[in-house]
Amino acid sequence: MDLQVIGSQLLVGLSRAMILFIVSAGLSFVLGVLRVPNVFHGSLYMIGAFAAFTIATGLGSNAAGLWLALLAAPLAGAVVGLVVERALLSRLYEREHLMLILFTWGIMLILNDVVKLIWGADYRSVLAPPILRGAAHILGAAVPRYNLFLLLVGPLVAVGMWAFTHKTRLGRMARAAAVDREMVGVLGIDVSRILAAAFLVGSYLAGLGGALVAPTTSITLGMDHTIIIEAFLIVTIGGLGNLWGALVGALLFGVTQSLGLLIWPQFAIVFPYAATVLVLLVRPTGLLRSVW
Amino acid sequence: MRAQFLGRSVPASVLAAVAILAAAPAVLPSFYTYLLALALVMGLLATSLNLALGYGGIYQFHHAVFYGVGAYTAALAITRWGWPAWAAFLAGPPAAALTGWLIGWVCVRLTRLYFGMLQISLGSLLWVIVLRWYSFTGGDNGIHGIPLPPILRPVENVYYLILAAVAASLAALYLIVRSPFGATLQAVRDNPQRCQVVGIDVRVHRLVAIIIAAFFAGAAGVLYVALERSVFPNMLFWVLSLEILVMCLLGGWFTFLGPMLGAAIVVTLRIIAGRYTENWTTILGIMLILLIFFMPEGVMGHVQERMIRMRSQAPRPRPGAGPDA
Repeated sequence: MDLQVIGSQLLVGLSRAMILFIVSAGLSFVLGVLRVPNVFHGSLYMIGAFAAFTIATGLGSNAAGLWLALLAAPLAGAVVGLVVERALLSRLYEREHLMLILFTWGIMLILNDVVKLIWGADYRSVLAPPILRGAAHILGAAVPRYNLFLLLVGPLVAVGMWAFTHKTRLGRMARAAAVDREMVGVLGIDVSRILAAAFLVGSYLAGLGGALVAPTTSITLGMDHTIIIEAFLIVTIGGLGNLWGALVGALLFGVTQSLGLLIWPQFAIVFPYAATVLVLLVRPTGLLRSVW
Repeated sequence: MRAQFLGRSVPASVLAAVAILAAAPAVLPSFYTYLLALALVMGLLATSLNLALGYGGIYQFHHAVFYGVGAYTAALAITRWGWPAWAAFLAGPPAAALTGWLIGWVCVRLTRLYFGMLQISLGSLLWVIVLRWYSFTGGDNGIHGIPLPPILRPVENVYYLILAAVAASLAALYLIVRSPFGATLQAVRDNPQRCQVVGIDVRVHRLVAIIIAAFFAGAAGVLYVALERSVFPNMLFWVLSLEILVMCLLGGWFTFLGPMLGAAIVVTLRIIAGRYTENWTTILGIMLILLIFFMPEGVMGHVQERMIRMRSQAPRPRPGAGPDA
């Protein structure tokens, strides 16, 4: 097989991995801090993508509109996440995981119909900002510019999340709450607010993933389901609650999928799943240390 | 946990229910016979899930997969390999049990959430394969008009087949729950560490529970084929798994017959809701949230608790809100 084809497919896989990483990082953060396996994280991703569509088309798909879509659409996911957390989820933190999963799963079903109600069941698409359209040539291989942009954004988010959790007061308090929620409360800090803020950050990352993926794919109902399964797998491979684990898992997932496309297009999806099973057979609690 | 149904023992109430259900087709229009048959099939599916989830404390989140494998095995054996229908029916449950063994073997090394997530992903993988493999499974079109023996043409006959099979399966599941294995399984659920210490192989007990649950889920899948003569990929979709979880939660997964009741309610609601709205999943979601907030022990758990409290005339602590409690 042509090395250039493999190379460009690899780059596409890596850029897909960046989206997966951003979404998984949010899921992992919520898991780590709030101990909530948030199934409707996938819905927030879908909402981010649809919001990007609305903003972009509302502003006529010009350069400014498209950039604004990428910047503002994630807020839609963040807001929906925060509302659900404050109104309902925050009352359930004392319940066992089973109930939390079922609850967030139920929210996912409802949000799916809400999205259908607002945007309909049609396929939608968003253009990339003009400067990111077309292909760039790297060592003779053609790679879409937008994918290169994603390769920049992914590491930025990784560094940003690390800085947030290690360098800011809020981030440190969130990490402390992850370890011992009661102790943080005893210290006179409003734990409930910290948890809400952490959920907001996680939801924002879901929305950001959705907004960023919008120009690369058709936006449609059902994308919530695909992404949430993938994100949970990635978080599981990496180690629950571990930011860098999410990155490793996303890279493994994205690359096996894109190279699988070259080998067996119809069932490319099998490769990342097989990789996941292999990893978990060798290391049942993930590659990196889980915070659980 | 006493196996009771409104104060009567489970075998007695099942026998009474079977007697009433056996008379039903003589009285009811055939649509309601069909509805009852469907409720029985879904009830068996939910009860099989409850063996793993309620009694085993296993996060069996993608139970629909075993149902789908059972149904597809029967459907494919008839339409692709030309097996006689009865042989194909008999092949369904073992195929589902085999799938349960494979998935369980991978998942049982993990616990709780990890287990659930891995099971969902493996299940989704199977779903994708069924969905994409057009030449074999028919892809998203599914398989329709599966030829069945003439004796299974009237819905009443199918109903009696389903009633007999479900009653036999429930009896078997009940015996399993009451057996030493069932008792150990519940001990494993309540305190895996202590079981490990006294020399019980926790993993093996969990795996066996998954295999048994998968077997009976496969049986439910086969019965669905007998009733509907068709299979489609959504039988392996996670929404159905959630629906089964709702049945258990609604009926009460700390009771043996709770899932049957939950299934009957959900199936009825679904048929009624289907007349007015396409958004069945929203109703499912709202139901789930209301249940979690207001009645986490389910209808039958709720009733049972009331009866116990009435009898003892003293407030008792809630018997835990779920298998994880």
